[in-house]
Amino acid sequence: MTEQPKVSAQRLTKKFGDLLVLNDVSFDIKKGEFVCLVGPTGCGKTTFLNLLVKLTEPTSGNVLIDGVPADPQKHNMSFVFQEPSTFPWLTVEDNIKFNLEIKKIEKQEIQKRTEHILEMIGLTEQRNAYPGQLSVSAEQRIVIGRSFAMYPDLLLMDEPYGQMDIKLRYYLEDAVLKLWRETESTIIFITHNIEEAVYLSQRCLIMTPKPTTIKASIENPLPYPRNVSAPEFIKLREQITDMIKWW
Amino acid sequence: MYNEKTRSVGMKVFLNVSGLLMFFGIWELVVALGLISEKKLVAPSAIFMTFIDKLTNVVPDGNTIIVHTLTSLELVLIGFVLSCLIGVPLGLLMGFFKPANRFFTPIFEIIRPIPPLAWIPIVIVVLGIGIQAEAFIIFVAAFVPCVINSYTGIQATSKTLLDVAKTAGASKTQLFFKVGIPSALPMVFTGIKISFGSAWATLVAAEMIASTVGLGFMIQQGRNAVRPDIVLLGMSVIGLIGAALTGLLSILEKKALPWRNLK
Repeated sequence: MTEQPKVSAQRLTKKFGDLLVLNDVSFDIKKGEFVCLVGPTGCGKTTFLNLLVKLTEPTSGNVLIDGVPADPQKHNMSFVFQEPSTFPWLTVEDNIKFNLEIKKIEKQEIQKRTEHILEMIGLTEQRNAYPGQLSVSAEQRIVIGRSFAMYPDLLLMDEPYGQMDIKLRYYLEDAVLKLWRETESTIIFITHNIEEAVYLSQRCLIMTPKPTTIKASIENPLPYPRNVSAPEFIKLREQITDMIKWW
Repeated sequence: MYNEKTRSVGMKVFLNVSGLLMFFGIWELVVALGLISEKKLVAPSAIFMTFIDKLTNVVPDGNTIIVHTLTSLELVLIGFVLSCLIGVPLGLLMGFFKPANRFFTPIFEIIRPIPPLAWIPIVIVVLGIGIQAEAFIIFVAAFVPCVINSYTGIQATSKTLLDVAKTAGASKTQLFFKVGIPSALPMVFTGIKISFGSAWATLVAAEMIASTVGLGFMIQQGRNAVRPDIVLLGMSVIGLIGAALTGLLSILEKKALPWRNLK
């Protein structure tokens, strides 16, 4: 008997008026798998994630999580948005706690996780600051920390590192890998940075421009931690680049 | 320690005080030079002397300035607080929950354009003459901005922030209390300040309803007795208390919303 997939997209189609955004997309993602969605800007990657978390309904088709229709109130999932999404009225610490309080997790556990996450994102000293007092990249670290704090079964990340400098990006890429290993989460990570996709994922789903379909599913067998200058790494990165550069 | 911030605060105070001194100085000068007759416009110094006199003198309106002021303050606060207690939650509910919006909006849209003073005849018939009727007129004036600003504030809640909470599994009630209301608070405070201004502005009209005490009553008695100093004293007290309480609301706003204007 085959293992039930964590996420199963079944013949997903999404139209906005006459605009066909997703066209008959189907795939499965295994429990604990780290998958990157790679595709050109505006190809519908974000729409796809929105369908997964029920922020929008498909025109036809289904998304199942653990074999049942996706439901953020039932599933322990978390979403890192592309745009700034800190709560300006909450301090750094309270922003980290926000999702945990929504889930009504025990107070002691909330505090324990918050301390861990504040240290991980390097904002322990700024815990009482408001997001408006921090830099854009620090704000994005809060957003990432808030999602990590959920220890989610399913973590969805929509180009989360786009606004960060390279040093911070490398640091947080390693942080998400660490979280993935510690929590055995399933992670779906959107990026158009192919190097990032190869560095992070076990599998890359290559998406076409609109109307979006899955062009290829490329397994990434390279062992962790990965070396971006290793010949195998460069070869895989170029293979993916070749697949999409004609767009 | 003297630093940039201290200098900036000092400059603000200096400009505020300079503006006031210039305003009252020109006014005093215009009267002193006889450009406008003292029978028509009383000088600020004369108003101050009337103020000192009215601390103990009950002529021509039957009460001291303290009694008039406290009565008006009570009236304004009753109408204003009621308008906030009813208007803010109503605006928030209308702005966030579609069924509430559909239910209340038609009623509100009919009530909204009616000038507060137009209510006076019907209010006298229904509530009689007295503090209830006067407070109701003030309530009507202050209610509309409370509702509109709360409604607009919560409607402007960032979709992304709502989505963040939704994807964390927030219920509709959690979305309302944890995202909608905090997000609307700056606009709610603006509405409260506008409401407070409207409440004071309606005071004189409200005290036309057969009052025997209050700043509005004092102003009318001053007019009847051809005492422009009394009229201007009443106006000045309304202005000063209004400005002081609006300042107090601004301080409260800063305390309640410390995250605003940080950058």
